[in-house]
Amino acid sequence: MAKHKTLIEALQQQGISRRSFLKFCASTASLMTLPPAMIPAVARALEQARRPSVIWLSFQECTGCTESLTRSHSPTVEGLIFDAISLDYHHTLQAASGHAAEAARMTAMEENHGNYLVVVDGSIPTANAGFSTIAGISNRDMLLETARGAAAIIAVGTCAAFGGIPHASPNPTGAVAVSELVTDKPIINVSGCPPIPVVISGVLTHFLTFGSLPALDELGRPKAFFGQSIHDRCYRRPFYDKGLFAESFDDEGAKKGWCLYKLGCKGPTTFNACATAKWNSGTSFPIQSGHPCLGCSEPDFWDGGGFYRPLSTPTGDIGATLLYGAAAGAAAGVALGAVNQARKRRAQQAHQPVGVDDLEKGAGHD
Amino acid sequence: MKSGASRDSSNEPGEVYTGNVLPLLHEIKHALQRWLETHEPAMIDVRSLPMGPGEEDALIDLLGEGEVRARLSALGRSDIYETRYPGVWLVTHYNDNEEIMSRFIEVIDVPSILKSQADDVRDGLNRLAAHIG
Repeated sequence: MAKHKTLIEALQQQGISRRSFLKFCASTASLMTLPPAMIPAVARALEQARRPSVIWLSFQECTGCTESLTRSHSPTVEGLIFDAISLDYHHTLQAASGHAAEAARMTAMEENHGNYLVVVDGSIPTANAGFSTIAGISNRDMLLETARGAAAIIAVGTCAAFGGIPHASPNPTGAVAVSELVTDKPIINVSGCPPIPVVISGVLTHFLTFGSLPALDELGRPKAFFGQSIHDRCYRRPFYDKGLFAESFDDEGAKKGWCLYKLGCKGPTTFNACATAKWNSGTSFPIQSGHPCLGCSEPDFWDGGGFYRPLSTPTGDIGATLLYGAAAGAAAGVALGAVNQARKRRAQQAHQPVGVDDLEKGAGHD
Repeated sequence: MKSGASRDSSNEPGEVYTGNVLPLLHEIKHALQRWLETHEPAMIDVRSLPMGPGEEDALIDLLGEGEVRARLSALGRSDIYETRYPGVWLVTHYNDNEEIMSRFIEVIDVPSILKSQADDVRDGLNRLAAHIG
């Protein structure tokens, strides 16, 4: 059966030479942020890798995460990675629908019990099971049922990882992250709105290559991609250190590419790989395009107090003191990070899940 | 040095320099010394470093082009050439859409990706034998 082939067999069958495979391994090591010295180890491991079964569940989401991954032009490294897995269920992409699709999911779960990977995008509503269903099955039931026999779960996107936009105040559906419902399986959070495609495939590749999950940070995100802040890897960082800031989107500082901190950049409190992996096949990332980082890979980024307000704004004058101090650099980042965390906690406490009745009442006022 | 390697951030509009080019050149210099002494090769993933717009091009300009250039056709093209500093190679892997998948600086006599691979040789031998009959 195709899914029991090794990766190298699957690639050979597509007429891919050994030299091409080595090129693939070099690019794969680069995308996993492994040092180039690891390329031979990646090649040896991938030769033996078996194609894992993957079940992809989409809940309260906008399909942006799937778009992020599939809009990459093929053949890319990501494309090859996806050739290397057996994607047995993905209701947005698969041809089958209804009972046939659910049968495919059940078959994949039975045949690969204990070994398959579950990828989840979207948050799960808990206020009312009827808010989001697939084939009449509530998102919560489908997640718990599918997670039972999984080797691990990859929560793709900020919605699955932290609740995301559905979880934003006042959280009308009682949306929660995967980790709030599944507590007995390893969960990898690949946050971002959407996540960077190579980060999604990098995690899958790590599993393929080493048969284990990558090292995670305290929020369950792979350290290889989320180990450093946007700020630390930003090419505009030298301007921050010198106290050179754009004050508006069209002033001299903006034209000179100065730091966007005062225009609301959340780079100092945001951990992601945008500054190095970049977007659109490595072309650019928001800050390079002249826009502040929104902090989309962090919990509750939507409730962070405004995308264009500097991190320092809520507590008044500490920002003014630190912003203009060219040497303040890292200290400002730490202090303001704490401010941001406090604001997020307040936002969390303000969440008031609402039911169908509340929604209907709201509609009646229109 | 009049180059991206020495520019500070008091720059012209549209130019941004992280200052990462000069340390990279030092790393290459040390790798070349090590290669001469111990034959230990080195490989640097260019895209793992933060670079401002135009800075990667500035680095490539600084390294220049030397005597050897090769093109690979494997999962899209790869351009491989020796820079003006012998033993320092620039290896750029593209996909079929001409997008850069990865870029490495290799310090070695011949980049390993250029060497014929035993599996491919075996496959070629079989095809040649089948052709002769």
